[in-house]
Amino acid sequence: MHVIVNGLSRDVAEKVTVAELLTQLKLRSPQVAVEVNRMVVSRDRHQTHVIKPNDTIEIVTLVGGGSE
Amino acid sequence: METEPSKDTPLLLGGHRFRSRLIVGTGKYASHDLMRQCHEASGCEVVTVAVRRERLIDMEGRSLLEFLDTKRLTILPNTAGCYSAEDAIRHARLGRELLSGLDNPGADWVKLEVLGDPKTLLPDPVATLEATEKLVADGFKVLCYTSDDPIMAKRIKAAGATSVMPAGSPIGSGQGVLNPWNIRIILEYLKGDDPNYPVIIDAGVGTASDVAIAMELGCDGVLLNTGIAGAKDPLTMAHAMRRACEAGRLANLAGRIPRKLYATASSPLDGLIAPARP
Repeated sequence: MHVIVNGLSRDVAEKVTVAELLTQLKLRSPQVAVEVNRMVVSRDRHQTHVIKPNDTIEIVTLVGGGSE
Repeated sequence: METEPSKDTPLLLGGHRFRSRLIVGTGKYASHDLMRQCHEASGCEVVTVAVRRERLIDMEGRSLLEFLDTKRLTILPNTAGCYSAEDAIRHARLGRELLSGLDNPGADWVKLEVLGDPKTLLPDPVATLEATEKLVADGFKVLCYTSDDPIMAKRIKAAGATSVMPAGSPIGSGQGVLNPWNIRIILEYLKGDDPNYPVIIDAGVGTASDVAIAMELGCDGVLLNTGIAGAKDPLTMAHAMRRACEAGRLANLAGRIPRKLYATASSPLDGLIAPARP
């Protein structure tokens, strides 16, 4: 099925969970935060939150920055 | 530390206690290693970080987190780069989620920044107030970047912000504290009946004297990034900023002499030898 991850189109398996998507992307859960359709999916729900077709997913981390 | 600020009390900020009154950014350093050294030299106990998309293509670069001592430092996530209340709130929630995953005490607060314009990077006051109200209602301790407008500062405090953080001058401009009179009014308004309410100068610091001036005015701390990261020798500047912050704070506690138009002699007038010309 088709989803958007960090602004880019991507095909993923049906009924994939957030945790499974992170594993596929080789991302470590403690160092990222995930938003699906503009709502944070907290870490304790990564295993159970199932991604749906056309979901918009943002995966973020902390980067250097002061202001601006 | 050579000086002994025995009269000083810890900085109380959103339920956290700090000895250092300098909050330092994590951007614009030539390397993560240099950043780590500058953090140590500055003596800071709080560093601010931004929230950005994970790179899904180039995974080779080392993470910022590998260079932050998350056991010693309290991380202050910011909403830098946001131009609407909605985006700032999303960034704040993502920052909270990230920090809670790291088990860092900074999970409960945010440096709120809602910008109005990419050229000046001045805050959008209406959106800033809206975001403050919503984030406070969502349980955040909000450290709020704002302009040096005293009325706006009052409104942000009234909205429940943990700290009001007026800009000394535009972000990254290095112009220092352009309007000390407004900062003094802000301090009077916000601390008048609440002397421990923290007011922090956020942005515009160019060199050590700017930090000292902010602290001498009576601010509780200074947040800076470019002043160190952009210096010719960032590490030496980090040392200078630390000393300036301590010097300014001590000078404020000590109480400066009033400014006078005419001179006042320091030496005794009695006992002078006979003048050559009476």
